[in-house]
Amino acid sequence: MNNCEYQQIDPQALSTPIPTPTLPQPTVVVEKEKREKARKKWEVFPGKNRFYCDGRIIVAGQSGVLPLTIGLILVTTGLFFVFDCPFLVKHLTVFIPAIGGVLFVFVVISLLQTSFTDPGILPRATPDEAADIERQIDSSGSSSYRPPPRTKEVMINQQVVKLKYCFTCKMFRPPRTSHCSLCDNCVERFDHHCPWVGNCVGKRNYRFFYTFIVSLSFLTAFIFGCVATHLALRAQGGRGLMFALQESPLVICFFSVWSILGLSGFHTYLVASNLTTNEDIKGSWSGKSGAEDTVNPYSYNTIITNCCSVLCGPMPPSLIDRRGFVPVEASSQTSATEMELPMLPVKKETNVVGGPALSQLPPHFTLTLPYSVSVQNV
Amino acid sequence: MNETTVQLNDKTARTHILQDLQHQAAIASKVYVQRDYNSGTICKFQTKFPSELESRVDKQQFEETMQTLNNLYAEAEKIGGKSYLEGCLACMTAYTIFLCMETHYEKVLKKIARFIKEQNEKIYAPLGLLLTDPIERGLRVVEITIFEDRSIGFGR
Repeated sequence: MNNCEYQQIDPQALSTPIPTPTLPQPTVVVEKEKREKARKKWEVFPGKNRFYCDGRIIVAGQSGVLPLTIGLILVTTGLFFVFDCPFLVKHLTVFIPAIGGVLFVFVVISLLQTSFTDPGILPRATPDEAADIERQIDSSGSSSYRPPPRTKEVMINQQVVKLKYCFTCKMFRPPRTSHCSLCDNCVERFDHHCPWVGNCVGKRNYRFFYTFIVSLSFLTAFIFGCVATHLALRAQGGRGLMFALQESPLVICFFSVWSILGLSGFHTYLVASNLTTNEDIKGSWSGKSGAEDTVNPYSYNTIITNCCSVLCGPMPPSLIDRRGFVPVEASSQTSATEMELPMLPVKKETNVVGGPALSQLPPHFTLTLPYSVSVQNV
Repeated sequence: MNETTVQLNDKTARTHILQDLQHQAAIASKVYVQRDYNSGTICKFQTKFPSELESRVDKQQFEETMQTLNNLYAEAEKIGGKSYLEGCLACMTAYTIFLCMETHYEKVLKKIARFIKEQNEKIYAPLGLLLTDPIERGLRVVEITIFEDRSIGFGR
């Protein structure tokens, strides 16, 4: 035993074979593969969303009519500023374009935020988690003829709430969470998928959506009023294409102000009673579906508290961590199995040592060799 | 201390080392602590002691860790004067301050990450357990990885 040198094994280096002078190649190849495989999580995101700016901007798979929405707002406001503002500034007050400008900025910013923010997407369960849940479902006892029920019941504020199992995301959906089929994601506090905005409206972007529709209703009403005033103040009428173009904001606003005002009113009611569009449509708490007295268990029972909690509550973080790197354990697993270790077959499990800080573990959990290496029976 | 490498020149000894490498660092199992929805949609984890950890860690210690974790999440999601102020200010600036300012929730999440790291270092790692920060699992579960104690594996 006098011609051996011993040093401690670094568990992080397990995926690379023990370096020997005769085989320098494999370590270099593994490192290169690791570097190439270090991808960001948004690149491997399983839902139907699209990402821009290296994961900073997230939009739904189908952008719906978002370009139309932006176009309509820009064209209408542009025409208003070009044709109506000069006249009104001269005859009324200079605040008209100022107010219009502020409203326009609010509308555009809140629209972009609604469209480009993660609505509260729940990441899908990891394979281990899914297996654990399956085990629990199977062991919850059921006859062998029927598949076990995939619902769980919880008691929230003395109200029974049924949690459904999501087959796509492989987990029990938290309360108020729904799976959006267009985006193929479970979204927390799912309100609806808005085609005008091109994104789901959920927990994280509901306040942006509400700001958008409220400021848009103010903007359309304001433009409508201003253009009508302009028409009324201008003694002579007009004809021709130019006139039609100048007054088109009036027409657009006339048709949209009712629907947008209606929508704002509806959502104000939802905010005040702490409901989502999804729950309202399904009638979850209005007693339609159940015989007993069902009340909304999430409501704080005062309008002010409901409004404050929905609109001014703490901003929850994004759970999908778009710009983080995909953990390397999967890649080191595959690269290890491709390695040639001439002496012994390499089992996959030996190299799964990633995850939470392995360096926090005391050495005897990562090495089979005791510190003072003594090789027996050589 | 973890950075050194083993190099054996003797061929037979190398065989023994590789054989034992196969059996080391095997993750025995993972235990998942699910969310507790009895208080609504706020982030709260069940404090019930999982049976798989009975042989590993003291029940009271574990429940204390979970309770502190729940308290931290409650602090993050607390609706009160400070959060209203933050919300109103954000609304008035058309939510653009979220681009430059760290929200209260994010600050508490960093606190939680530090807490979990500290708990792992002080209590759970010596027992062969590792807690995963729930944020890495979408705030769905607290994942506890049980590492098998293989300190007696040498010499087959």
